[in-house]
Amino acid sequence: MIYRETGQFKTSYAADQQIFPIRQDRIGILLLLAVAFLVVPAVAGNYWFNAILIPFLIFSLAALGLNILTGYAGQLSLGSAAFMAVGAYAAYNFQVRIEGMPILLSFILAGLTAAGVGILFGLPSLRIKGFYLAVATLAAQFFIVWCLTKFPYLSNNSSSGVISVPNVEILGFTFDTPQSRYLLVLSIVAVLALLAKNMVRSTTGRAWMAVRDMDVAAEVIGIRLMRTKLLAFAVSSFYCGVAGALYAFCYLGSVEPDGFSLDLSFKILFMIIVGGVGSILGSFLGAAFILLLPIFLDIALPALSDLLGLPFGSATVSHIQLMVFGALIMFFLIVEPHGLARLWQIGKEKLRLWPFPH
Amino acid sequence: MARQIGEVILDLRNISLSFGGVKALTDISFDVREHEIRAIIGPNGAGKSSMLNVINGVYHPQQGEIVFRGEHRKDMDTHAMAAAGIARTFQNIALFKGMSVLDNLMAGRNLKMKCSFLQHALWWGPARREELAHRRKVEEVIDFLEIEHIRKTPVGRLPYGLQKRVELGRALAAEPSMLLLDEPMAGMNVEEKQDMCRFILDVNDQFGTTIVLIEHDMGVVMDISDRVVVLDYGRKIGDGAPDDVKNNPEVIAAYLGTQH
Amino acid sequence: MQFFLEVLIGGLLSGVMYSLVALGFVLIFKASGVFNFAQGAMVFFAALSLVGFMEKGAPLWLAFVLAFVVMTLFGIATEKFVLRKMVNQPPIALFMATIGLAFFVEGLAPLLWGNAVRPLDIGLVDEPIPWILDNWNMVISSFDLAAAGIAFALVAVLALFFQYTRVGRALRAVADDHQAALSIGIPLQHIWALVWAVAGFVALVAGMLWGSRNGVQFALTFTALKALPVLILGGFTSVPGAIVGGLIIGASEKLAEIYIPPVMAGWFGGNFGGIEGWFPYVLALLFLLVRPEGLFGEKHIDRV
Repeated sequence: MIYRETGQFKTSYAADQQIFPIRQDRIGILLLLAVAFLVVPAVAGNYWFNAILIPFLIFSLAALGLNILTGYAGQLSLGSAAFMAVGAYAAYNFQVRIEGMPILLSFILAGLTAAGVGILFGLPSLRIKGFYLAVATLAAQFFIVWCLTKFPYLSNNSSSGVISVPNVEILGFTFDTPQSRYLLVLSIVAVLALLAKNMVRSTTGRAWMAVRDMDVAAEVIGIRLMRTKLLAFAVSSFYCGVAGALYAFCYLGSVEPDGFSLDLSFKILFMIIVGGVGSILGSFLGAAFILLLPIFLDIALPALSDLLGLPFGSATVSHIQLMVFGALIMFFLIVEPHGLARLWQIGKEKLRLWPFPH
Repeated sequence: MARQIGEVILDLRNISLSFGGVKALTDISFDVREHEIRAIIGPNGAGKSSMLNVINGVYHPQQGEIVFRGEHRKDMDTHAMAAAGIARTFQNIALFKGMSVLDNLMAGRNLKMKCSFLQHALWWGPARREELAHRRKVEEVIDFLEIEHIRKTPVGRLPYGLQKRVELGRALAAEPSMLLLDEPMAGMNVEEKQDMCRFILDVNDQFGTTIVLIEHDMGVVMDISDRVVVLDYGRKIGDGAPDDVKNNPEVIAAYLGTQH
Repeated sequence: MQFFLEVLIGGLLSGVMYSLVALGFVLIFKASGVFNFAQGAMVFFAALSLVGFMEKGAPLWLAFVLAFVVMTLFGIATEKFVLRKMVNQPPIALFMATIGLAFFVEGLAPLLWGNAVRPLDIGLVDEPIPWILDNWNMVISSFDLAAAGIAFALVAVLALFFQYTRVGRALRAVADDHQAALSIGIPLQHIWALVWAVAGFVALVAGMLWGSRNGVQFALTFTALKALPVLILGGFTSVPGAIVGGLIIGASEKLAEIYIPPVMAGWFGGNFGGIEGWFPYVLALLFLLVRPEGLFGEKHIDRV
């Protein structure tokens, strides 16, 4: 009854092209932001910030980046973690090597560095597509991580590439509590998500989707394939790069190249599959799901083993986790290829008609 | 307003195209005049679609010359042709299936939109104004094609006939001076065909758009086109006004299957 | 020069092993258009099953047969519960599903058989062949040579199977056009199950050879990562491509590992080992820029 758009007539194209055309959605998102910015910091404890909320936001950002490339522009990448690594190490180097560098500028430069590297590894997409491209992005994954391990310059000569980042400080304020770091990450992610939403609903996004859906037709209506694909690689890598920088500066504090492994890339890919390929909202839903699932299993499996009287070792738990991940991915691809975001949308459409569906 | 058929704007000279060893087009020449409706007909596999693909640069012929608005070229380039005002529909609908009708049509206008992705990201000032201005134009096309009721529907969910119409809409959204239509009425029932004929004639009449179309329905072709070129096995076997072509013995042979 | 040859031959022999894994990919891709990322996980699963049955007291041949049965059942189950339900989805979605499958198998296999690293003795020893060592002063492992021989025999058998049996002909028909094959009465789903079984067999042979060399362990799943550049190089649909690609990748990777790091150390200082991980990919990538369809792949013409 509450979720109704009856009586909301749009009398201008501007009103029809708002980011959230339905009034209830606008109220909902404002409420959500208010809760995230005002209520959560007041009530959440350190465990929630450190183990759940901060990684959730950071992974959402990385998933958003991959979703721009894979979901919107249709170029499958298996190397997102490597672009996060580029962002993390670039931010570190800008911060350590340039005296008095503002941290936010470092983050932006880190994103731009990742974007540059992304364009470089996106070049093959001009000649190859589909599986070939997916495999080619593995080259980025392995090569970048190797470089970060082997060139001591990149980690300021630390052993085996481990970097420990300095504290985040903006205008004299030090972000040393989990709560403050959460707010910083939340602000950055909220702004970048808004920018992404704007991009995908404009000509830029339409060009990406056109290339994804039918590249020959896109070319015929005058979309330049090269520019469009490379822009997708650049923007996607920018997002992954900033996510990587936040991962190092606001989440872990100390990272090593091997932390940005192929497994992490797969994890981000799983987030967009589960959340919804080609959906901004889906990136957030997927990140939450993939992040919370292991936590849930860690709690549920031992309880289950007590219940059944079977002793589960920690190895068994991790094996079951792998299986559940794998099964879920297959399940979503079979049952709902557009992921949680689509389910959410279906739910909303049902609600619009409720209680008179016909 | 009576249409005034103008000068030759597209002249194809001795075009030959082959894939590997297979010859698709052999030494084909014909021209297209401004504001006319030019049909290309021929049995299946005659090279009709290849011909359109040569015109807007999807395929690059090995031999021949193309003169477009006085400019001599060896082959065409898709982007340059789109910019020069050539729009196109495809035999097997090539819409962007994941996007709404509105977005498909807006995408058709991409060349006219000048804002950068950064402006889009901020959705502010010029980007917003541009988006709205083009939305207005696209709505005109939607009105023209009578597809108001489906503007927000994802294209993939539409029935075939409507998809064909939306594809025409995407081409029209670009405000083309020349429209290439690859079997715009294939697979349609009589009513849908009538609608489509009306749209094609209206476009030609109201906007003066030059139209090159491929069609199998002889009744339609003879009715609406000004001149017809006939292909068979990648060669040109007839060219002229519908009545001339209809009486051309070689054309009759090709259609009725007399020996070659 | 002698050292160069030694590295080259060693590389070629290990390249044959890469070919073997790549072959599993090619078989499934040809028959069903599925790019099966789980092939590496299948190698792991097959080898674990083999060792598992041997630990339970089965002799090698029996364990091999039983492991083959397990792989066949696995193939049938995959076809029935995953692939059949995704018939109308784009290939890239199927590919992502096989990534899920890989994770599933990587959890399932050790859950069934335990996750300890185990040796596997199939009667081959990893020692230099004395005769070659004496006459040419080169270290060529007898194990590598025997493994290469087995791999080649397998490839030959498969080639004959495809060319001359009725099932083989049906397989080729399916590979060419699913719809057409279905319409002339070829049971598509049986053929898919069959091809997964054959791919399971190839995985088993690969798992046995790799496992007996390096021990049966999780790292066997990485064989897939070795095979991917081979596929790019050789083309996804070509059996000869998988073989030649494997040889090229094997040889160039070993040569690169020996000769490139010293040069890089000369330029930048430091240790630059371990380039094996990415070198094949970069090589394959550069190759793709010249020939996007791979060595033996067919050139694709877009029809619109």
